[in-house]
Amino acid sequence: MNIPAHLRYTSSHEWLRRESDGTVTVGITDHAQGALGDLVFVELPAVGRKVAAGEACAVVESVKAASDVYAPLAGEVVAANEAVPAAPEAVNQDAYAAWLFRIRPTDPAAMDAMLDARGYQAVIGD
Amino acid sequence: MRAAPQGAPRARGGPWGGAQGPRARGGPSHADVRAFLRGALANNVDKLTVPGKALYTCMLDESGGVRDDLIVYFLREDFFRLVVNAATADADVAWLSALRDARSPGMSIRPRTDFAMIAVQGPNARAKAWQALPGSEAATSALKPFSAAMWDDCFIARTGYTGEDGFEIVMPAARAAEVWAALVAAGVKPCGLGARDTLRLEAGMNLYGQDMDARTSPLESALAWTVDLESPRDFVGKAALVANPPVRQLVGLLLLDGGGVLRAHQAVRTAQGAGEITSGTFSPTMSRSIALARVPAGVATGDVVEVEVRDKRLRARVVKPPFVRNGAVKVSVE
Repeated sequence: MNIPAHLRYTSSHEWLRRESDGTVTVGITDHAQGALGDLVFVELPAVGRKVAAGEACAVVESVKAASDVYAPLAGEVVAANEAVPAAPEAVNQDAYAAWLFRIRPTDPAAMDAMLDARGYQAVIGD
Repeated sequence: MRAAPQGAPRARGGPWGGAQGPRARGGPSHADVRAFLRGALANNVDKLTVPGKALYTCMLDESGGVRDDLIVYFLREDFFRLVVNAATADADVAWLSALRDARSPGMSIRPRTDFAMIAVQGPNARAKAWQALPGSEAATSALKPFSAAMWDDCFIARTGYTGEDGFEIVMPAARAAEVWAALVAAGVKPCGLGARDTLRLEAGMNLYGQDMDARTSPLESALAWTVDLESPRDFVGKAALVANPPVRQLVGLLLLDGGGVLRAHQAVRTAQGAGEITSGTFSPTMSRSIALARVPAGVATGDVVEVEVRDKRLRARVVKPPFVRNGAVKVSVE
């Protein structure tokens, strides 16, 4: 199972990466893309949208099922990776390269409460 | 998915029922089995004249709702075989047995829970099955679609639920693991229920419990072609079908817009009124989302309707299934 040690995670299968400018990049984990199967549709939040922690703000849909992606942190969406809706299979190919959106968190310290790789490993149980 | 034949235990396989006439002297004649099925099934078993021939049919309740869909095989005048859905098998056997008690008390109905079924489907499926089951080719190479033959202790039918050529092989359950292993060794790829569901939907085939059930008429389920209302024959549900002409229809939808995937239970808006998707998926063969939907009777092939997908309304075109047959796309995707 591919769970990079330098990222943070949520129990709802998002990954987070803190950028040098203080924003946080969000995607879905390799485990999540594997469980969903071939993605055929991705919808991203509009740049400028204010989101609450745990708010559904993106949709990933595979041949099997549609799933919401949740904002892991409260804040403002400052970027969306528009290459992904154009080619959703990029998430299946490399879930950690195909990021979905960036948030400028209201509380930067909230990042510290996110799961580390070991914690996420325990969540998915293998 | 289509490059290799697929093997899959079919959800609709399940237990088999055999309707068999009595062997004791003085009992009802052989003709009673056919007469019983003539009255129990919506399609007409009198279309079955050659031993081994199969017929797809619905079994209705008195109100014309679909109790189940099934395949009936004519083997001998005193022996017909029914393959029903696994999920409805127990209820089917109970219902048929009650009907038998009322109409043909001398006839026996035997659930065959001692049988297993493996479907081998795809362009090379028959050749792979012959490779896996040495000696079966001679018994089955001349089989036409929708017919079956006995071979060894197996019953091999050229039928399926994928829109592809192939066999459905029925065998004693104790033999299933060995046959499965032989098929895999011959290069048949095991296939899960999700892939099977994609294929049956591409083929425009209804799934019982999802596209139709006891609350829907076969005439509102794109199954009028399986219901014989022409002959004077009476059958359970006929009076209700005649008394209630269809006001809805089951059609195919092809998603025109991006923005999601068609799924069961999404609302459909048409110029003639509201409808609902009963099955939807993304078709890998067409690279488009497709669906079956129940809509008002006035909606016509070629119409553009709207489907509510989350907070959006996406356009879809009404098409006539099948979407795909034997790997070839059958509807225009522009």
